[in-house]
Amino acid sequence: MSDLKGYRKPWWHTQPEYVHPAYGSTVKRGPLQPLIEIPATLSEVTGPVFSATTIGKHAADLTAGHAGESIGERIIVTGRVLDENGKALSNTLLEIWQCNAAGRYLHEGDLHDAPLDPNFTGLGQVVTDAEGRYRFTTIRPGEYPWRNHYNAWRPAHIHFSLFGEAFAQRLVTQMYFPGDPLLPFDPIFNCIADEKARNRLVSSLDWENSKSEFALAYRFDIVLRGRHQTPWEK
Amino acid sequence: MSFQATTSQTVGPYFRIGLSPLYRNEVAGLQAAGTRIRISGRVFDGNGAAVPDALIEVWQANAAGRYRHPEDQGAAPLDADFVGFGRIPTGADGGFQFSTIKPGRVAGPGGCLQAPHIVVSVLMRGILKRALTRIYFGGEPANAEDAVLALVPASRRDTLMAQSDGEGHYRWDIHMQGEHETVFFAV
Repeated sequence: MSDLKGYRKPWWHTQPEYVHPAYGSTVKRGPLQPLIEIPATLSEVTGPVFSATTIGKHAADLTAGHAGESIGERIIVTGRVLDENGKALSNTLLEIWQCNAAGRYLHEGDLHDAPLDPNFTGLGQVVTDAEGRYRFTTIRPGEYPWRNHYNAWRPAHIHFSLFGEAFAQRLVTQMYFPGDPLLPFDPIFNCIADEKARNRLVSSLDWENSKSEFALAYRFDIVLRGRHQTPWEK
Repeated sequence: MSFQATTSQTVGPYFRIGLSPLYRNEVAGLQAAGTRIRISGRVFDGNGAAVPDALIEVWQANAAGRYRHPEDQGAAPLDADFVGFGRIPTGADGGFQFSTIKPGRVAGPGGCLQAPHIVVSVLMRGILKRALTRIYFGGEPANAEDAVLALVPASRRDTLMAQSDGEGHYRWDIHMQGEHETVFFAV
């Protein structure tokens, strides 16, 4: 068997280092030894595929499925999932989670003194269409304090988890909102040295997908690693 | 739009909200062929403290050495009762456990078969991008000819070895730092 085509390495400074002291928890949790480079084998170019997974009836609408209306500003989040070669990733699962409009997660570890919303769980699942597009409806998440440093506040964000087509493509990330004044102060957002890469985590207001009299839309495109190609190969 | 890969961010402390629907600690179906095994271990940070909020994801071939994925065009048969994915959160003591079947050997670089192994992603609060590692099986003769293990300094290989303590049970701990820091890979 011939050796497999691997995945592109990250562009310089566009992915975080494991230890980023401004984000205190990384200091004792991030690996310190250099990573060992290995060639992509069958184990990394394959991976679990969840397009056939049964996802919940309300999975693409985080405001639905409860007894009443979720509190907060309803928004639509939409975008495309592509790889670094520009290929749309169809039928790919996105797992989504977030806090409520008051900045509180439905989790026993979240002790922030803000109300829970009985009509908001903060869990979503969507699968991309043939062009790699996804779309879900939710509530704009609130900002909340965390104990990383004195008066530390996380900017509003939504968590995303993607498997893509291969174990090598696994990505967990966070989407932020344009103009959030907390962004310059957030050590998690600022863990990426490359400013342009960092700013690609900030969604943009999307008039085309906004629904008049209903909800504003935010666009967040996601790029997973692409495989090496020979020039012009498609 | 840019075609540069999106930056990774931490999974944070509250991932259970979004990721628990796919929690799986039984990687093999009841009818899956192969030798039944259980693997358990604990996750430790650089202070040697248990990590109670980590998430382990595993992916492996079936007993015949075939991945359920279109990229694997090998001749080995698929197993209708085997997918090969597991996702396990650690408990308060940093512990995790899953049951599966021992994977078969799959093709590796240079046309050599790889030793039986399971690929693993480690995610947690305080990790800004997934840490990638592998579980091999201690005492497995094929380990000696595995092309990936050959890239790991001999003194660190044991961090990748699940050790049998009998009755189909293997022990494999993850050390994020320290003297026994687990080998993590870049692929």
